[in-house]
Amino acid sequence: MPTKTDILDLYFMDSRYKLLDIAAYLDRLDRHDGELDFRQRGFDKALAAMQAPPTGKSRAQAVLEALSDHSTEPADAATIQFAFGAPQDS
Amino acid sequence: MNYIEPHAHMVSRTTADYQAMAMAGCVAICEPAFWAGFDRGSVEGFRDYYRQLTEYEPARAKKFGIPHFTWLCINPKEAEDAGFGREVLSIIPDFLDAPTVLGIGEIGLNKNTKNELAIFEEHVALAVKHDLPILIHTPHLEDKLKGTRLIVDSLKNANVDPGRVIIDHVEEHTAGIVLDAGFWAGMTLYPESKCTPGRAIDILETFGNENIWMNSACDWGISDPLAVAKCSIEMKKRQYTPELIQKVVFDNPKKFLSQSPNFRI
Repeated sequence: MPTKTDILDLYFMDSRYKLLDIAAYLDRLDRHDGELDFRQRGFDKALAAMQAPPTGKSRAQAVLEALSDHSTEPADAATIQFAFGAPQDS
Repeated sequence: MNYIEPHAHMVSRTTADYQAMAMAGCVAICEPAFWAGFDRGSVEGFRDYYRQLTEYEPARAKKFGIPHFTWLCINPKEAEDAGFGREVLSIIPDFLDAPTVLGIGEIGLNKNTKNELAIFEEHVALAVKHDLPILIHTPHLEDKLKGTRLIVDSLKNANVDPGRVIIDHVEEHTAGIVLDAGFWAGMTLYPESKCTPGRAIDILETFGNENIWMNSACDWGISDPLAVAKCSIEMKKRQYTPELIQKVVFDNPKKFLSQSPNFRI
């Protein structure tokens, strides 16, 4: 199994640039006019979940669950065919 | 290293992709029926599609020495119109005796609706009636968690042998739901959604290497027909032995797919 140093060697630079991309995306939203919607509210929840995942959940699981629809009953009908990436009740 | 591509939509790919996959070590391609990016307007459109899957694509793959197999269904996006879905379902038995048909798939849910679930259950009944394995699509993004739970509950109610069902497109939040219930799990390697190679290997490290495969699900969208081969290289970087890599990209899919008598490589 790889060590932490091996994982850093493999993934640190990749993760560093992705983190910067997220920071720049948030700056971009701050800079521009208009209103945020449920997608960004879901994103903000996911960021918080990543930093403090519930007990027993990995960070990836916490992010995915923060961005998931948690209702349990089948919907009456489909009004769209695609998915937004965040639940509309975020 | 030889590998099996257990989920690829080659009707949407170029012949050059077949060539590249052959050069990368792909020794079998399995193509589930799916949504073509638009809703088809007639049952006869599906009949033509099933002929393409059972006649034309095997011939195209054969030029590169790759056996091509297929799964048949009407996908959940087009099954929202349940009446139309049942008309399409009625012609599927006409194709089940084709020599490269593995089973029923990729059925499942898209927006987790009542009609999608009804047509899903009718597909499951068709598979049980003909003693066929099942390949299941789980919904995208925010709909995946709910859809996976609905699918697993439905299959439990139908008393289907979980060892003959693979539930595809799992991610970190759904892999445990699927595997803990005894089903096989598929991980899809996509550049922008589903799993990156790094995350797919994380899922293997977390949930184990049994009853799980990885696929490219390459189609008309942003996807990579060489994703499985590239993930094999990533596994090597993560210090996986050649034997363990082979287990995930060849032995596991061969074990599941061999439950269909038509799968021979």
